[in-house]
Amino acid sequence: MYRYDNYDQSIVEARVDEFRDQVQRRLTGALTEDQFKPLRLMNGLYLQLHAYMLRVAIPYGTLSGRQMRKLGEIARKYDKGYGHFTTRTNIQYNWIKLADAPDILAELAGVEMHAIQTSGNCIRNISSDQYAGVSADEVADPRPWAELLRQWSSFHPEFTYLPRKFKICVIAAEEDRAAMRLHDIGLKLVERDGAIGAEVYAGGGMGRTPMVSPQIRDFVPEDEIVSYLEACLRVYNRHGRRDNKYKARIKILVHELGVEEYKRQVEEEFAHMRTLGLNPPTEELDRIRAHFAGPDYETGLSDAIDRSDPAFALWVDRQVVAHRAPGYAIVNISLKPRGGIPGDASAEQIELVAALAEQYSLDELRVTHAQNLVLPHVRKADLYAVWQKLDEAGLAEANLDLITDIIACPGLDYCSLANARSIPLAQKLSERFAAQDRQAELGELKVKISGCINACGHHHAGHIGVLGVDRKGVENFQLSLGGSGAEDASVGQITGPGFSEDGVVDAIEKVTDLYLAERQEGERFLDTYRRIGMKPFKEAIYG
Amino acid sequence: MAEFLSFREGEAAQEPAVTVEAFTGQSNATAVRIEPGEDARELLPCLDRLALVEVNFPGFGDGRGYSAARILREAGYQGELRAVGDVLVDQIVAMRRCGFDSFRPDKPLDDAAVERALTRYADVYQKSVDGRSPVWAKRHPEKTDG
Amino acid sequence: MKILTGNDLVTGDVVWWAGDGWSRLVGDAVDVGERGDELARAEEAALRVVAPYVIDATVTDEGVRPAHIKDRIRALGPTVRPDLTLKPNDADAGNWVI
Ligand code: HEM
Ligand code: SF4
Repeated sequence: MYRYDNYDQSIVEARVDEFRDQVQRRLTGALTEDQFKPLRLMNGLYLQLHAYMLRVAIPYGTLSGRQMRKLGEIARKYDKGYGHFTTRTNIQYNWIKLADAPDILAELAGVEMHAIQTSGNCIRNISSDQYAGVSADEVADPRPWAELLRQWSSFHPEFTYLPRKFKICVIAAEEDRAAMRLHDIGLKLVERDGAIGAEVYAGGGMGRTPMVSPQIRDFVPEDEIVSYLEACLRVYNRHGRRDNKYKARIKILVHELGVEEYKRQVEEEFAHMRTLGLNPPTEELDRIRAHFAGPDYETGLSDAIDRSDPAFALWVDRQVVAHRAPGYAIVNISLKPRGGIPGDASAEQIELVAALAEQYSLDELRVTHAQNLVLPHVRKADLYAVWQKLDEAGLAEANLDLITDIIACPGLDYCSLANARSIPLAQKLSERFAAQDRQAELGELKVKISGCINACGHHHAGHIGVLGVDRKGVENFQLSLGGSGAEDASVGQITGPGFSEDGVVDAIEKVTDLYLAERQEGERFLDTYRRIGMKPFKEAIYG
Repeated sequence: MAEFLSFREGEAAQEPAVTVEAFTGQSNATAVRIEPGEDARELLPCLDRLALVEVNFPGFGDGRGYSAARILREAGYQGELRAVGDVLVDQIVAMRRCGFDSFRPDKPLDDAAVERALTRYADVYQKSVDGRSPVWAKRHPEKTDG
Repeated sequence: MKILTGNDLVTGDVVWWAGDGWSRLVGDAVDVGERGDELARAEEAALRVVAPYVIDATVTDEGVRPAHIKDRIRALGPTVRPDLTLKPNDADAGNWVI
């Protein structure tokens, strides 16, 4: 894992000092709320329904045990004993006091963490694949690139007041586990003639105009990625719309200019940028890469797993995936217990996972965009012990990618922009489909719920998506089908008129019944939908 | 409280700035003012006769002026580059890094706060046009001339 | 009636204008008539509240009831964590917001 050197450390400490000063100016009235708001947002501090909310960055979703333990400690000491892991692989605390925020940032700085640029119209936390570095299907570990870009984007002098937020994702496998093409810029590392570089995609996003990003370049060498991104961002900063915040994302610029014209402008700017010496030397990427060099895996380990306990065997089949090192496995920890709140974890659970990471996973863990956690390097021989401890803490749900592995945004229970509550709906669905054999029968089925059109819950990318709308002051839910955030990315189609909360649970049940009746050998829900189209589903739902 | 801040040697330019349109059509002006949305590159052919470029920030949240400033400096502009309008202490560091060397904010700035802001970050992550050496250059001194 | 709400500047707690100060209980909210905006500005300037706004409400048998579900959830707390609402012992408290 990456470790800060003195430079990194002094920069986050300077930030804490700066924010302490800003909070002080706010508390004494030297700053009005209008002036303070963009400053607090750049430190991840929102004002939400019930209190201030703090969003802490988990760069590319990777954490050490010590960092995770600190997150638990903050939940206990400054919040009400829990945190919420988000689709952007960050953690949010819902009950923060303004006066405490600088102290929290100082505690985070102590474990090489921060909340820099977790909000605001700037380059946000860089996201990546939760299996980065441990999965066998990658051409390289994408996290050194993500760290290089984290540093490049932190306090970028030119790109801190962009037209709108800007999200970058880096992956390195054919299988897209991070919704790369739904980011403002997506990088997919590829190998060409023995050299690693990036395919670049631009103009993806969710929100009210969801778009899957087109490719804008098929190869940028690793020692030019910074200048290439500077070019992409400069074109966007200069020409992205600022008259209407719903049209301000880069996806609209790319769409309005046309991909070819955007590409042309970027190339022109890039030709200029690459002469300015903006790229760190390759030694810098090598330095970062050395931090991510595979941990020392033990050799000669057995691949055998004792499956005599059926509950354990079920969990292994669902939650454990192949690791590139023999004798090791990747463990997915579900944060979607039956009837629970997707993505929420108590301080105790956070601390338990920290301890498991230290003891069983070479001191490392990951956060996924599906709001789950991952222990990336567990010896197969330790799986049973890990499972037992997870089970005791209510963390051994076996539902990865199944219908109850629901993504849900905070919705109207916490969010001031919401139209409807997302979480109670997720809870009802998880109760309705709780039966293990039924979930297994339905197979991979990604349900994603957002409480409003901002689409924080990725509903556009759900095989089944639900969007909360406001119908004359009453919560109402729109259903959509056929979205995907994976390598076959697509945007879901709305089925028709909306439903009440119970109504949408019933409608989803009808949709799944139809799938079971219609599917052909080997088809996932999404495949059947793509083959037979919306019409039969509409008929099943609206009769 | 400072109503005008300059980081240049010598006198600040006094000539009133004209619009980009007036400037490109009129050969004798030496000061110009860029509004958000105007293309700084239009000035590149005549940089040598410019003593002052003002970049207006009607609202601090509109970041186009940062690109305008860097474009001018990248093209070798050496004259005064002044940020005017809704310029707050919290943006000064980024503006300095993009090449601004004078400031005429709508509301005066507290000198002590400006001083604190400008000295707070000993290190920066990116190479820009202010000559500061980014941390990657400091980490690999043998590979870079910074 | 019109009532005034916002968040406490320092703690972020949801608060309601109770006539002589701010209360965390919506039941204490008083009709501010036409004075809402003026009060909001004064209280904001005095650093006692952040993001104040005036909303419609009615008085029912159960007390003051904000017109919009969002403000009823603000008045109660997150319906999915009854233990953290202002009525932790009332299992049905969530129904009030609907
Ligand atoms: C509770 C406070 C939150 C607020 C006020 C908020 C606000 C917003 C807004 C306004 C947008 C739309 C931006 C645009 O399209 O230009 C957005 C998008 C998004 N937010 Fe949130 N959000 C919140 C929480 C979350 C949480 C908890 C998550 C993760 C579970 C999240 C993840 C996202 C994602 C993935 C997008 C879509 C990004 C895209 O369009 O590409 N947000 N959010
Ligand atoms: S989708 Fe809407 S309701 Fe949900 S967190 Fe985002 S802004 Fe809030």
